[in-house]
Amino acid sequence: MFDEVRDLYNQTILTRGRKPLHMRRLAEFDATAKGDNPMCGDRVEVWVKYAEDGTVADTGYLARGCEISVVSADLMVEAVQGLALNDTKALFAAFRDMVQTGECPACAGEPDLTDALAALQPLSAVHKYASRIKCATLPWHALIAAFDGTKSSQPATSE
Amino acid sequence: MNDAVTNGVFDSSRIRADFPILSETVRGKPLVFLDSAASAQKPRAVIDAMVHAMEHQYANIHRGLHWMSERTTDAYEATRDAAAALLNARDRHEIVFVRNSTEALNLVAHSYGRGIMRPGQAVVISAMEHHSNIVPWQMLRDAHGIELRIAPITDAGELDFPAFEGLLEDGRVGLVSITHMSNVLGTYTPAERIARIAHAHGAKVMFDGSQAIVHRRIDVQAIGADFYCFTGHKLYGPTGIGVLWARRELLDAMPPFMGGGDMISSVTNERSTWAEVPHKFEAGTPAIIEGIGLKAAIDYVQAVGYSAIAAHEAALTDHALARLSAIEGITIIGRAQDRGGVVSFTLDRAHAHDIATLLDRQGIAVRAGHHCAEPLMRRLGLDSTARASFGIYTTAAEIDVLAETLTKIREFFA
Repeated sequence: MFDEVRDLYNQTILTRGRKPLHMRRLAEFDATAKGDNPMCGDRVEVWVKYAEDGTVADTGYLARGCEISVVSADLMVEAVQGLALNDTKALFAAFRDMVQTGECPACAGEPDLTDALAALQPLSAVHKYASRIKCATLPWHALIAAFDGTKSSQPATSE
Repeated sequence: MNDAVTNGVFDSSRIRADFPILSETVRGKPLVFLDSAASAQKPRAVIDAMVHAMEHQYANIHRGLHWMSERTTDAYEATRDAAAALLNARDRHEIVFVRNSTEALNLVAHSYGRGIMRPGQAVVISAMEHHSNIVPWQMLRDAHGIELRIAPITDAGELDFPAFEGLLEDGRVGLVSITHMSNVLGTYTPAERIARIAHAHGAKVMFDGSQAIVHRRIDVQAIGADFYCFTGHKLYGPTGIGVLWARRELLDAMPPFMGGGDMISSVTNERSTWAEVPHKFEAGTPAIIEGIGLKAAIDYVQAVGYSAIAAHEAALTDHALARLSAIEGITIIGRAQDRGGVVSFTLDRAHAHDIATLLDRQGIAVRAGHHCAEPLMRRLGLDSTARASFGIYTTAAEIDVLAETLTKIREFFA
């Protein structure tokens, strides 16, 4: 019956949704922030630990929300591991393009960004489900808010 | 009487034929619209009335000294009569047109709350209110020194009457404002009993009838209400038009809500005097076309008749509760004795948004989330639910499609 939604609810999403790999609070962290989607009630809290060179050493999160928001947080933890903050922000911009339009204009001629985005490919079909884009971007907004030292964030309403 | 009703029973297919949108397909499948509690679909009569107004009979109202304005004023004011009859109001001047229930509640919070209530008094709401019946009172509390008290609900989703009475005991409560039907739990609140208790303690009482009036005949005099509001778009009418009813002496005593044209008696550069009610509360050019559309909606509902509507809703609700309860993993939220055609549920570990997306791909529209009732969701220990809600065009067969699809969704996420 649900063959036509297998692009969104693919095997990675279903497996990770059932058993997220990185859903945990970091005991030691340098930055943290909460994110919520007030229109739907999804909530996420993110913790980040930086390495000495300023790259992301570790990320953890706790989330109460739909499959898409939880799996997006789980994949995000892997994708940002070892990235500099600027590269993480660039990855979020590329990810946001992907979930909004299905394309990554910034990836052209940028093999590192293309590789990093590949880890988030299981969410690429989100762009076909307009009402779910903000689910996918929620944990990223929280992560960027943690970087920037703001305590909480709400996704842009245009998502 | 609508032709589709005989002996108090609907011919569903004929009711459905009155709603053009129901013949639409969604993603190649017939539309199964189970989100009427958010906003209902519109019958042809409403659509035609609005188009007719724009094509044949439109001008600004209450001011033009010409034929078009007079005729349009008549059409708009006829809605006031229809709304007064719908609510069994004693006096057509007790009908104030607003944009929606939210505006009605804000009007009362402003004009009665700030205008009549004194700092140190209290407002009582319940733990199962829509944000529209929470936030205006919080704003009143913060601006005017009014205490806000929350009457708890039982685990079944009914008002906890001993606790409710306890909140009124000190005699400081000036106003009780409670939903007449929960948009999440489907609970009907016993309005007469609430009004009796409020009055016994010297408080006025307001009901948010946004959901209740869709399914049941409302008699504001029999209830003993002081204020009652509803919104047009849930009652098969247009958006942008709603009704606040209040007892005449209250409206007479209350200061205006917004200032501007249409609500004045005279204006000088120094001061103004107010028009008589209800115009005192109707500043500016109103939603004329929507008002005309609302009359068509009220006429439609009255022609079908509330006995048939209520019987249809009760049968559908029973059917839905039976079908959904039989699905393993489903938890129905709210088990009130007196409940109606709004059914919220959770399904194992499947999140409400995922449920809604999967249902949507089968052409089934439900609501998912906190339903603009976050405090209630916290009281229930939930972040979100999925909600199916019914209108006069909803059929048992549609509920069967919902139940069968939910069974498959559970397997999908298992």
